[in-house]
Order: sequence, then structure tokens, then C-alpha cells
Amino acid sequence: MKVKADQRVSWALATPVLALLLWSVVYPNVTIIAGSFAHGLGYWRDFANSPSDREALWTTLVVSVGSVIGAAAVGLPLAFVLSRVDFRGRRFLQAVATLPAALPPLVGVIAFLFLYGESGVVTRAVQRALHLSEPPWRLTGIWAIIFVHAYTMYVYVFLFVSAGLERLDGTLDEAAAGLGASTAFRLRKVTLPLVTPALAGSMLLVFMSALGSFSAPYIFGGGLRVLSTQIVASKLNGAMGMAYVETTVLAITAIAALLLLRWFERRRSYAVTGKGSNTRISLRGPMARLAPFLAASLVFVLVLPHAMIVLVAFARDGAWTTQVLPPEYTLDNFKRLATDPQLWLPVRNSISMAALATALNIVVCFVAAYLLVRRRFAGRGLLQLLVVLPWAIPATAIAIGLASTFDRSAPAQLRVLLVGTFWILPLAYFVRGIPLVTSAVESSLRQMDPSLEDAARGLGASWLLAMRRVVIPAARPGLAAGATLAAITAVGEFVASIVLYTHANRPISMEILAQLRNLSFGTAAAYSVLLILIVLLITVAARLLGGRPERVETIPTA
Amino acid sequence: MAGAARLSLDKLTRRFRDKLAVDALSLEIASGELVALMGASGSGKTTTLRMVAGYEPPDSGRVWLEGKDITARAPRVRGFGMVFQHYALFPHMTVGQNVAFGLEARGVSKAERSARAATALANVDLDGASPRAIQSLSGGEQQRVALARALVIEPPVLLLDEPLSNLDPNLRRSTRNELRATLRRLGLTALFVTHDQEDAFAVADRVALMENGRLLQVGAPEELHDNPVSRSVAEFIGRATFVPGDYDGKSVTVHVAGTATTLAARAPSTLGPERNVLAVLRPDALAFVKNGSGWPGVVTDRRFAGTQLVYRVRVDSETEVELQSTDRDVREGDKVSVRVVREPVSVVAT
Repeated sequence: MKVKADQRVSWALATPVLALLLWSVVYPNVTIIAGSFAHGLGYWRDFANSPSDREALWTTLVVSVGSVIGAAAVGLPLAFVLSRVDFRGRRFLQAVATLPAALPPLVGVIAFLFLYGESGVVTRAVQRALHLSEPPWRLTGIWAIIFVHAYTMYVYVFLFVSAGLERLDGTLDEAAAGLGASTAFRLRKVTLPLVTPALAGSMLLVFMSALGSFSAPYIFGGGLRVLSTQIVASKLNGAMGMAYVETTVLAITAIAALLLLRWFERRRSYAVTGKGSNTRISLRGPMARLAPFLAASLVFVLVLPHAMIVLVAFARDGAWTTQVLPPEYTLDNFKRLATDPQLWLPVRNSISMAALATALNIVVCFVAAYLLVRRRFAGRGLLQLLVVLPWAIPATAIAIGLASTFDRSAPAQLRVLLVGTFWILPLAYFVRGIPLVTSAVESSLRQMDPSLEDAARGLGASWLLAMRRVVIPAARPGLAAGATLAAITAVGEFVASIVLYTHANRPISMEILAQLRNLSFGTAAAYSVLLILIVLLITVAARLLGGRPERVETIPTA
Repeated sequence: MAGAARLSLDKLTRRFRDKLAVDALSLEIASGELVALMGASGSGKTTTLRMVAGYEPPDSGRVWLEGKDITARAPRVRGFGMVFQHYALFPHMTVGQNVAFGLEARGVSKAERSARAATALANVDLDGASPRAIQSLSGGEQQRVALARALVIEPPVLLLDEPLSNLDPNLRRSTRNELRATLRRLGLTALFVTHDQEDAFAVADRVALMENGRLLQVGAPEELHDNPVSRSVAEFIGRATFVPGDYDGKSVTVHVAGTATTLAARAPSTLGPERNVLAVLRPDALAFVKNGSGWPGVVTDRRFAGTQLVYRVRVDSETEVELQSTDRDVREGDKVSVRVVREPVSVVAT
């Protein structure tokens, strides 16, 4: 009897969640794939014969591989130095090193423009110092994109490898030393092989991010084509069939990378035991004095983009022409945002759309995570697939799918007209948030002793009471962490927004772009500062609401 | 330093923040000797071992190996193969690669490496295990691989950190016998850390008992049991009832059950004739007597412990003694008579 009742609860929960995910995640993708075959193989043949598409595909792959190399070149040594070498300020630096990830993608790209662009501060400073008549470099083309990607995406490598190093059983290194192995031999034979899975995982993550990246190629690409920008261009030109093929190709490449990533993650589990200390090298002599200096310069480089955004936000629009630094400073940019209703509208839009999407994420993803962790039912495998899918599929592809599925009302086909309305963007943000929130809640629920829920039921609690008093409190840290990520992503979202926005519901990112086109750098930077403040506010609020941040590992101590 | 000692710890001291983890500890280990560092957790035994291995620098004191001061040497130069509590086997290498690791680090040729690794594995009864994955080994096998990996580099002194604590009780008994047999057969000098007195007694020639960073007593297992230098040692080693008494230099007079009983006594050299001492009554030194000549008492607890039973007997309002007996017929609540049947008993300061 009880088993049957349990199954009914599972199904009562699973049916609406599965239906919603099939409708919002799978249906749009099916529309795209079906659309790409609307003329049989015609569009595919066009794609294969189009030099610009072949170039886009090739460039996308080159950019992605280049980004992986660049991110690893920065992130790997940084992770090793900051986790293995002991010096004052090491922990502070570890925190600072993750800063680039806190910049909304578009804001990061703009900061680079202000710094290293043709009329950027660093570019002009170098030009002045060397008395050049031309800027020493142009931040455009493939190198520029890889440079920006390496700067923002090394954080993945840094975090994964650092975590791998921290997780590493310190006694392994001690054992190797006790057996007579030198530092270099230990690094090569013990440490590196053990962090290889973490490194490979993070590199694939960079690959996937670079694959779907839109902001950097869009702003710095110059004439360069990559798949994501090509898709948007095809749509703007009304070549929907072509856009469908391009989207399918991009999505398939991304999903292939995801499968590879999963494979690596499964290999990544060496049991961690032992109470050995993590052996950190203490610096002595001249190196000890050099290290803080190197560290400080690193902080400077990493903080520069943030600082630049703030600086420009206080610059008077139009006054900054050929000087290295903006010559005049003012509060006008912020005053205008606060007083001009037209300028304030995007802020309101972004906040309300992000709030809406996140609220829906919290409800749907909690149920999905609960089902995945605590329930066995037919359809569990499908649910598992549906919640990671939006993570693998680049945002541009998600947006194109939504745009071509919900562009008309056709109740028989389950189509609702959302394009051109307020609702399309929150829906897109919701879809992008699904994997973030679900996986965070899942990891929280997995840490919960499974017998707790049974114990509560055994003590006479109804299913709802057990949920309210036991399961939801256990999920709270994950809910807070996941919702934070989803809200942060949504409030600064750019890639899906550029495909789906209308003038009335334009988000902050689109307004930043518009202001940049107007050469109103100060206003664009003021919006960016506001965006960073909102992100900070969300993070702090979630910390206060969700209690302690996630601790993913539980290491049994003998 | 002293000539005969293979390894010499000279006033080793280590402080963690405010806590003195190891306090001026000195210990000498002769060539071919197996010494156990025993103590409760937090007594400083692992820190001592780590200072010997070179993983932990001492705040003061020295470590001598065969007359050379090695205090400043890095672990890899000391080359004491260490067997870790959780074995610290490299999870990404096979059994053979693990065992050969120390040789590889020394640049030994591949052929010689695999030959010597095979010998080392044979020494721990793991012939042919070389190609196996670490994850496929049982706990006992992992322990032996860890031992083989340490043995293959022919360490001057083998260090073992709780080598048996991760094994279940049955396996633990057989493994500790094998461990002693292997170490003996190869004529090794070894220092090992344990919190378990059965492990220490079964494997070691001498046991160094630690508490709060200091050595309480060093000696053969029987010596620690029969001649404890202090109440702490007597409490840690075996079970005992402490009865207050007066010591006159040869015998101790205890007042139990309203009568004064004089027993032949053995005291540590530091203890002279003194009124207030504690007599250490071991459970095996006490017995039931039928004729009523002993201390009258009531059985308060009866516990079956295999070949023997352990009884607790209340002999007066302040004293409850524990005794071992093969007599199975005594029940809880029975009125019995108890006396000391094995003398001398040891006395310690209060």
C-alpha cells in the first residue's frame, strides 16, 4: 500500500515538472532541428557550401581551443602557486583570483574595451610612453577574443585545480618524500597525475563556455565570424533555415563536449583519506620578498577591469577624447539613471524579470532535485537529462529555439505567443537557470542522511510535514546558492536577451550596448557599476537567507 | 651520541600555538630493536614520529641517526620509508608501481626496480600482486603493500604510524603477528606509533608510553605492566584497582574491609617509604577464597570474557575491586571472599 502511495506522490510531482521541461526545453530544440530539415537537406547543403559558415565553424573551434590553452596557462600555475606556496596574503589572493567570474560577461568585455581597446587607458599609456603615432595594438580579431576569454575563464581552471589540490591527500606527498622523491619528481609523478582529471574537467568547461560565448566575439570580433554571432546575424537577415542549421551544429558540438566532461568527472573520484597536512612550501630568502610583490601586481591586474568600470562611471560623457585617463569627473551619470524614467526602465526590467525567473527556478528545480535524489520512478532518467540540457546548449541556441517556437499562438501545437511580450525573457532566464539551481539543490539533498526523511515519517509526520521540517531545511543551502547563481546570471543576461528583447522590456545589458553605440561611455559604465552592485546585493542577501555556503565534500574521518 | 643507538631522539620539543605537543622527549633505539610509541590520542606520539621522519620540524632538540645529526635533513634525504595510518598508497599507480616508487625516485633501472619490488612483495606474502590496481586490494593487502613500499628502499629505521588501526579485529590480530615476524626476519629497526596496547605488546620489544607530550615510562611490556612508575602508567596498561596504603620500603599495608592487610610490594626507584601510596591490584592478582580468610564482599557485576570471567566485588564502602576468575558459578549479589594471591604488588605515588 505504502509503496503505491509513494509512487503516486512521485508521479504527482514528476508529471508537471516533466511537462514544463519538455515544453520549455525540449520543444524549442525540436523546433530548431525540424526547422533545419524543413527543406530536406537543403539548408544543410547551403551550410556546407557557405564559405562564411565554414569559416565560422572553424573560427569557433580555434577560439575555443585557444581559450582552453590560454585559460590553462593562467589558471594552472596560479592554482599551484596559491595552494602550494605559503606566504602572507595567500588566502586573500585566492579570493581575489576568482574576481573575474563575478563580472557579468558583457561588463567584463566593456572593461577590457576601456582598458585595452584602441582608446583604452593601457593602450594609450603605452602609446604615450613609447611615443608611438599609432596605438601599439588593436583589440580585435581572434587574439582579442582569446585574450578576453583567457582572462575571464581561467577562473574555472583555477577553481577546479585548486579544489583538486586541496582535496589531495597530503600524506601522498609526504609518503613520496619519505621514499626519497624530490619536489620535481613528486610534482610530475604524484601531484600532476592526481589533479589531471580536475584539470581536464575544467578545460572542457572552458571549451564549452568559449564555444557558446557571444559577448567577446560580438564586441571584439571585428569582421570575424563565430557560430554564435553567425546565428544572430542569420536571424536578423531573416535566413531562419540557416540559423536553424547553425544552431543545431553549435548545440551538437556543445553536447559532445558535455558528454566528454561527464566521462572525466566519473573518473575523478580518488578516495580521500588521511590526516596529513597539505605540504606548502615556505619561501625563504629573496623569493620570500619577491612573492608578495608578484602577488600584489597580480591583484592589480585582476582588479583593474573592475576599477576601470568604476572610474569611467564617474567620467563626464564626451569629455574623454584623447587623454589617457578621463579628465573630468561627475556624479551626473548616476543622477541621470535615477531620475530619467527611460533610463531607469531597464534596471526595473532586469530586476523584475530576474526575480520572476528565479522564483520559478526555485520551485521547479527544488521539486526536480528532490525527485532525482530521493525518488525512484520511471522517467527519472529523462528528468536527469532535461535538467542538464540547458547547461550544455549555448544561450544563443536556447534563445533561437524560444524565438521560433513561441512566435505565434497555436493552442493545438501547444504554442503560445510570447515573442514581443514581457514574458519571453523571464522564460529564457528560467531555462538558463534550471541546471544551476537543480544541481546546487541536488548536492545539498545528497548530503542529507536519507534516513532522516524516513525517520520523520516513522515518527508520524505526514509527507508534507516531513518536507517542510526536514527536507526543505536540508535543501536550503543549495537553494540559496543555486538561486544566487541563477539570479546573477539573469540580471546581467545578454546573450539570449539580444535575440529576444523588445524595446519595452529591454534589460540592463541591452541598454549598456545601446549607450556604448552612442559613445556614452559614462552612462554605460554607470549601468555596469549598478549591475555589479545588484550582483553583490544578491550574493549578500543569499548568504544571509541561506546560512552557511555549500560544503560539497564530507570526508569521513577514521 | 651513544654508540649503540641506531636512532636517538634528544630532547625533541614541538609546540602548536599554546599547546606543547611534544615536551623535551628523549629516546634511544638500538639497532634491530622494535619500539612502540604508545599513548592516547593527543599525547604527541604522531608528532614525535613526524619529527623523526622530517615532516615536522622540532622547535628544539635533535634527531641522531647512527651518530649523525639529521635534524636539518629533508624527509627525502633521511629516507625512512614510512607506513602511514591510511597507507597513502598512490591511487593512480598499480601495486608494483607503488612499491617501486622509492627506487624510481633514486633512478634505479627499470629491470632492477621490478625485480626488487617483486622481492619486497614476496616478503609480505603478496607474490604476483604487482599488476593489480590499488583499489582492488583489501584493507589488509593495502597495509602489506604499504609495508613493502617502505621496505624496498631499505630504510635505516622503518617508521609506522598506527599501521594496524584501520583493520578489523580478526585481521588485526593476524596482521600484527605477520608484521612482527616480517620485521624480525629482516632484522629491521622500527619505531611505530599506536594507541592500542595489544598491538604494542604483540609487536614491540620495548614500549615508550607517552602522555601530554612527555614520556611516562619506557620498557619491555612486562616491565610496564608489573612495575609502573606512576598511576598514569598503571591506568593505561592493563586494568587495575587502586587501593590506598602505607609503604615502608618493602611492603605495603592497605586498609580494606575494616582490616589492615600487609602485602609484599615493589615500588619504582623514585618512591621511598611513604605513608600515602596506592597499591595496584591487577585483576589476575586477586582470587576468590572459599574459607572466608580474605576480604568479605558482594559481587556487583559479572562479565563473561572468553576463557575467564571478570567480576567486580564491593569489599567496603569505598572500594570495589576487579578480579579475573575461571570460576563460573559466582553470580551477581553473591557474598564472596577475596584475597591477593600474587605478590609482590606494585605501588605508585598518589
